[in-house]
Amino acid sequence: MIGASVEHSMVGFARALRSAGIAVGIDQTESFARALVLVDATVRRDFYLAARSTLVSRREDLSLFDTVFNAFWTEERAAPPRGQRIPWAPRHDHVPRTAFAAYMAQRARAEDPDVEVPEHEKAASALELLQRKEFAQLTADELRSIERALRELRFEPALRVTRRRVPSRRGRILDLRRALRAASRHGGVVPALPKRRRKVKRRPVVVVADISGSMEIYSRILLQFLHGLTRIHRLTETFVFATRLTCITSQLRMRNVDEALEHAAAAIADFAGGTRIAESLRTFNRLHARRVLRRGAVLLLISDGWETGDLSLLDAQMRKLQSLCHRLIWLNPLLGRATYRPVAVGMSIALQHVDDFLPIHSLQSLRDLAAHLARLPSRKGRRAVRPLPSPESFAGVGMTKPSLESRP
Amino acid sequence: MRDSSIPTSFTTPAELLECLAAHGYVAEDALAMSVFLAVRMGRPLLLEGAPGVGKTLLARTLAEVFETRLIRLQCYEGLDLGQAAYEWNYPKQLLELQSRRTSDRGEGTEGLFADAFLLRRPLLQAIDASNDRPPVLLVDELDRSDEEFESFLLELLSEFQITIPELGTLRAAHRPIVILTSNRTRDVHDALRRRCIYHWIDYPPFEKEVEIVRLKVPGLSQHVARRVVDFTQRLRHEDLAKPPGVAETVEWAEALRVLAVTDLEPTTVSATLGLVLKYHDDVETVRKQLLTRLLDAGAA
Repeated sequence: MIGASVEHSMVGFARALRSAGIAVGIDQTESFARALVLVDATVRRDFYLAARSTLVSRREDLSLFDTVFNAFWTEERAAPPRGQRIPWAPRHDHVPRTAFAAYMAQRARAEDPDVEVPEHEKAASALELLQRKEFAQLTADELRSIERALRELRFEPALRVTRRRVPSRRGRILDLRRALRAASRHGGVVPALPKRRRKVKRRPVVVVADISGSMEIYSRILLQFLHGLTRIHRLTETFVFATRLTCITSQLRMRNVDEALEHAAAAIADFAGGTRIAESLRTFNRLHARRVLRRGAVLLLISDGWETGDLSLLDAQMRKLQSLCHRLIWLNPLLGRATYRPVAVGMSIALQHVDDFLPIHSLQSLRDLAAHLARLPSRKGRRAVRPLPSPESFAGVGMTKPSLESRP
Repeated sequence: MRDSSIPTSFTTPAELLECLAAHGYVAEDALAMSVFLAVRMGRPLLLEGAPGVGKTLLARTLAEVFETRLIRLQCYEGLDLGQAAYEWNYPKQLLELQSRRTSDRGEGTEGLFADAFLLRRPLLQAIDASNDRPPVLLVDELDRSDEEFESFLLELLSEFQITIPELGTLRAAHRPIVILTSNRTRDVHDALRRRCIYHWIDYPPFEKEVEIVRLKVPGLSQHVARRVVDFTQRLRHEDLAKPPGVAETVEWAEALRVLAVTDLEPTTVSATLGLVLKYHDDVETVRKQLLTRLLDAGAA
């Protein structure tokens, strides 16, 4: 048996772990107690290993566990360290004032302070005009209309066929289980052949968005769009980067859009900084790609392609990225401009590894994107390295879907 | 139930560690502790780690150590109850129905849902009451299965019983030793994690890995073994799509033994690199950029 004082400390230790951010359940504490009966708890190493085996349940927590363990079991009841896991889970009890919030407030002041609330009907027709207007040229008022429209935008990401089978009239696979049930009711005769088919599921959507200085004017509306996407489609994962990659999925899952954006902004350390696309993609490929790009995921990469870092690295990382996802779609707000050519070196290199190159600069382009996502081919695109698109193929003005001709 | 059936010959993790080594599995004391606790407490052991660090091998070795059966369930997307736990043998049942009809033995379904018509899949085998000792159940690459399957597994692992509607509840006489492995392509759910003893298997430290190579490839000289391990360990610090696991180190060492290599030369390494790296891009990167640097660093 273990003494009452040890038991008491164990509870304290579990609490210290919890306050450091490691989720320790009661059953785990109980496991730990049972483990201590089995090992020689006076040997520090054994005591430590037993604690680690029973109390930690994921790798990310291992090093934090060590810190808490050392602090707790050496210094007598010293205050447990308040380790901080990054990012913090979104909190609902306070709204942080952030650079982003301050920035938006300042922008709002710069506009005409007195904004009339448009009549509903007028707003609808005004919205039609807004369809094609560039996000970059919107006034605060128009921005709000767009935001409302965004909320109503419906996304149905493409489906994929899974290996799971469900009963279906039009299926092709014989359902022997149901056949037997029917046969046993009909004296051994199989009256009809019940079928099953493969179940279809939505493809996960993964977004990697550039929020650097050159993308600043689009950032707010894009985050809004991403919030909507995340709310509709549970499997959406969102990452943003300027110089550093940040995952903001959990923040965007919050119901209230303003709160979600505040929390997302708080999690982002480098809002409107410089761009390091290649570095950020490398981080993504190394740390997140294997987890989020599974099950035939579609990747949306939102950036204007102004790379200031290593170009050969960009080439390698884009290649890797394309091989990992079902379809790689590059969304570029600049593509909406008639005069835009993808001549920035970073952009032209990256284009070789992209399946679709689409604009994202107006409400209409978002609608087009939604339609495009719903129609993605079930086969992975041809992966041969394509030649650079010639300037002519981008000559069409106001093109909504300049997808490359060489696509099958 | 638990204590009478689980092998209790091990009273300390250290003993288990020795026994594993005797069966050719070189482990660290931390892993031995996790295995020891999992076995003695009757908890599943959740092993995570990079591919090729010996997760599956551990289960196989444990089956040897405990002189028991290894029941392996390889997970994949779409894995369902029919493949994981049990299924009725429908063709056989249909034939039985037909023959009953022709031979006038009645037309009911009586006796159709009996043991003779049951196909036992790995999970059911693992809790089969006729096992004379607890088997080792390996649920391999759990991250590949769907979340639905995970919740079924959670249920099985808490009660060690399976309910078949037509037959009743089957319960394990001996609680199996359960090993779950995951390569972390998907996050295993918290509820399942909490029920398990968790262990992250890291790449072994240098001396351990040399020990493993020497054990698995007996004919190899100490010098080459050390060079091989040094090289692969250095590769793990490079930016590669798939860094080599211990399995690759051993395989490579085996190849070098067959080739009767006495020292690592750039040409030999370059020619046999395909045993260590499994992506063309990685092989190219190492050949062109890293080879001499890594070899020189090792020789120094």
